[in-house]
Amino acid sequence: MSSLSPPSEKIWWNEPIESVELIWIGLCVVWGLIMTFMMPYWHVVGKQNLSNEAYRVTPTFFQNKTQAMVDKYTVRKETDRDIPVVAPPVGSDVYLIARLWDWWPILELKKGQSYRLHLSSMDWQHGFSLQPVNINTQVLPGYDMVITVTPNKSGDYSIFCNEYCGIGHHRMVGKIYVKD
Amino acid sequence: MSNNNEFRTCPDTGLLFHRPAELLMKVNAVVAVVFLMFGGIFGLLVGLTRWPAVHLLPADAFYMVLTSHGINVLIFWLIFFEIALLYFTSSTLLRSRLATPRIAWVGFGLMLVGAVMNNLTVLQGRSSVMMTSYVPMAAEPSFYLGLILFAVGALIGCFVFLGTLVIAKEDNTYGDGSLPLVTYGALVACIIAIFTIASGAIILIPTYLWSIGYISKIDPLMYRVIWWAFGHSSQQINVAAHVAVWYAIAGVVFGAKPLSEKVSRAAFLLYILFLQLASVHHILVDPGVGAEWKIFNTSYAMYLAVMASMIHGLTVPGSIEAAQRKRGYNKGIFEWLRKAPWGNPTFSGMFLSLIIFGFVGGISGVVMGTEQINLIIHNTIYVPGHFHATVAAGTTLAFMALTYWLVPILFRRKLMMTGLAKIQPYVFGIGMTGVALFLMGAGTLGVPRRHWDMGFSGTAMAYDFPAAAYTLMGLGGMSVVMSVVGGGIFVLVIVSSIFLGKRLGENEKSATPMIAEPVDNYDGIGIGKISIPGTLVLALVFLAVFVLYYFINWKYLSQTWGLS
Repeated sequence: MSSLSPPSEKIWWNEPIESVELIWIGLCVVWGLIMTFMMPYWHVVGKQNLSNEAYRVTPTFFQNKTQAMVDKYTVRKETDRDIPVVAPPVGSDVYLIARLWDWWPILELKKGQSYRLHLSSMDWQHGFSLQPVNINTQVLPGYDMVITVTPNKSGDYSIFCNEYCGIGHHRMVGKIYVKD
Repeated sequence: MSNNNEFRTCPDTGLLFHRPAELLMKVNAVVAVVFLMFGGIFGLLVGLTRWPAVHLLPADAFYMVLTSHGINVLIFWLIFFEIALLYFTSSTLLRSRLATPRIAWVGFGLMLVGAVMNNLTVLQGRSSVMMTSYVPMAAEPSFYLGLILFAVGALIGCFVFLGTLVIAKEDNTYGDGSLPLVTYGALVACIIAIFTIASGAIILIPTYLWSIGYISKIDPLMYRVIWWAFGHSSQQINVAAHVAVWYAIAGVVFGAKPLSEKVSRAAFLLYILFLQLASVHHILVDPGVGAEWKIFNTSYAMYLAVMASMIHGLTVPGSIEAAQRKRGYNKGIFEWLRKAPWGNPTFSGMFLSLIIFGFVGGISGVVMGTEQINLIIHNTIYVPGHFHATVAAGTTLAFMALTYWLVPILFRRKLMMTGLAKIQPYVFGIGMTGVALFLMGAGTLGVPRRHWDMGFSGTAMAYDFPAAAYTLMGLGGMSVVMSVVGGGIFVLVIVSSIFLGKRLGENEKSATPMIAEPVDNYDGIGIGKISIPGTLVLALVFLAVFVLYYFINWKYLSQTWGLS
């Protein structure tokens, strides 16, 4: 009887299990346990974890927070659209707006220092994609996600959007500078 | 059994076909192939646009076609085919009449109307919201309505299947034992489908009401959590269904029975219990969901489901090896595999599907479904790379393989262009493997998915991808072309065979046998105490690759910025 027909033994659950199957199931269980262990383990010893910190916010609230930071810490303006470049104090709350189709403002951070980066969207869903380090998170309207970031290398980083957000999606690019 | 004229016995396989069920299988399968064709053409346009040197379509057309590609192949092609499969595994394999064929036709009608409505809406260009249609981006109301109608139709199909199981039991059409394993697998797919459609209703009906202005707001995070309970589970229907198809093909080509019913059935059961929870791995980098919740749902839940697939990954080739050894190919470790019918597209398609699904789709899926590793993969083009290995090379290729066997049996037509059919699984399978691997490579370099222009033209602050990213996307584009050629050959062979193939009489036996004699037992095979050494070696190689690749990704992760 093949798999297309009913089992030849009516009481099939009493049949012995093939030894190779038992070996394999054992290996699968062990491997599954190792993978399960890795995630909490990384929360303890790893340096790349998302915090559980997030807040419900309104776009206006988040916009005002960002504007206050921009007013206080802007060091210069760039591009023909005069996008402010903000150098916030080490360890401070840093706000980054995602909106159709901008990342605003440009940030200037210090290598090896930590900042509390707040991400939220003014309109639709967006994807925060930081390159070339390839860090990707979801950015939602109405939610403020707080990630403590510690840049480990100086240089120019790009942020683009990797959650489809309409016809200007592929033009939504921003920047973070990391200085020594 | 009601009226004997309502049944026919297939002279080649001995299968008993209930005529009303048979007709339903035919129309569902044919319509499925039509949607596969549309989806495939749209896929080609997507591939040719993302191939940087070609960059075929303008942005608006690209996003429209990408939306359509996803919905047509991921939903319409697969679900239509699965409905045909549900009717086959219930009515035909159990030798029973189909429950309420008229209501099954209503289900089919709703699915067709829904699918056409959704397609027409997308092609008008104002609903380019991607398959996921994340709020608050809105599509036209008919976009959601089409999906809802389609889902209701599919739900009806599920209940016709369940009703048929009840009738078969009542009429004692398959003895008083348990369901055949293949039907059992289809039942698992059906149960997951009902869960899936319920989740879909919970999220799509409010979204439809929102799109017509009746509800003021849909929370984007709630939308994502529930939408993925629908979106991911719908892919688990495919997994359960294609694993059932693997077992079916092992039975058809080799007369194989499972090594032990207990293990194979328990593995199917794990799918029902745990797969849907794994939907959480789409939410791993979202704000507002805790690490504990993510870890619980991706480890406890997902790894038990992963284990189920790893078990099938052993037991399906294991049963083939055992049957081959029993037939005399018992020498060495791999004689059974070398002497397998590699020129038979039913077998080659199934075996390629198994290998690519496991090695490429399975491993990449678990890796990117790891909470922290998702940070370096989420929404990059790695993700489409992964699911082209699971859904295209895995499910679609398995369904194609089964179709080669079903056409002569169901349509009583001889398969045409058998030479082309012979190479088709290789062209499609290797093409899709290329799509998967090259896109995964580009994804590790950060190339985003659902993105018209990786050159970011028209922006003041464009990011310069390394040359390797462009090369990989180019190779990905070429692989898309190869896959589409493979898919095209499939459609060509099947459609011409159905309409132009030489008619086989209802009682005329084919020259070549269409189904292998079942193997009774697996006594006295193998090397020493190990009955299936070849499969064990393959499984151990798989595990080694899995472990290695898993830790390589932790290594990548450890080199990026500190995040906490």
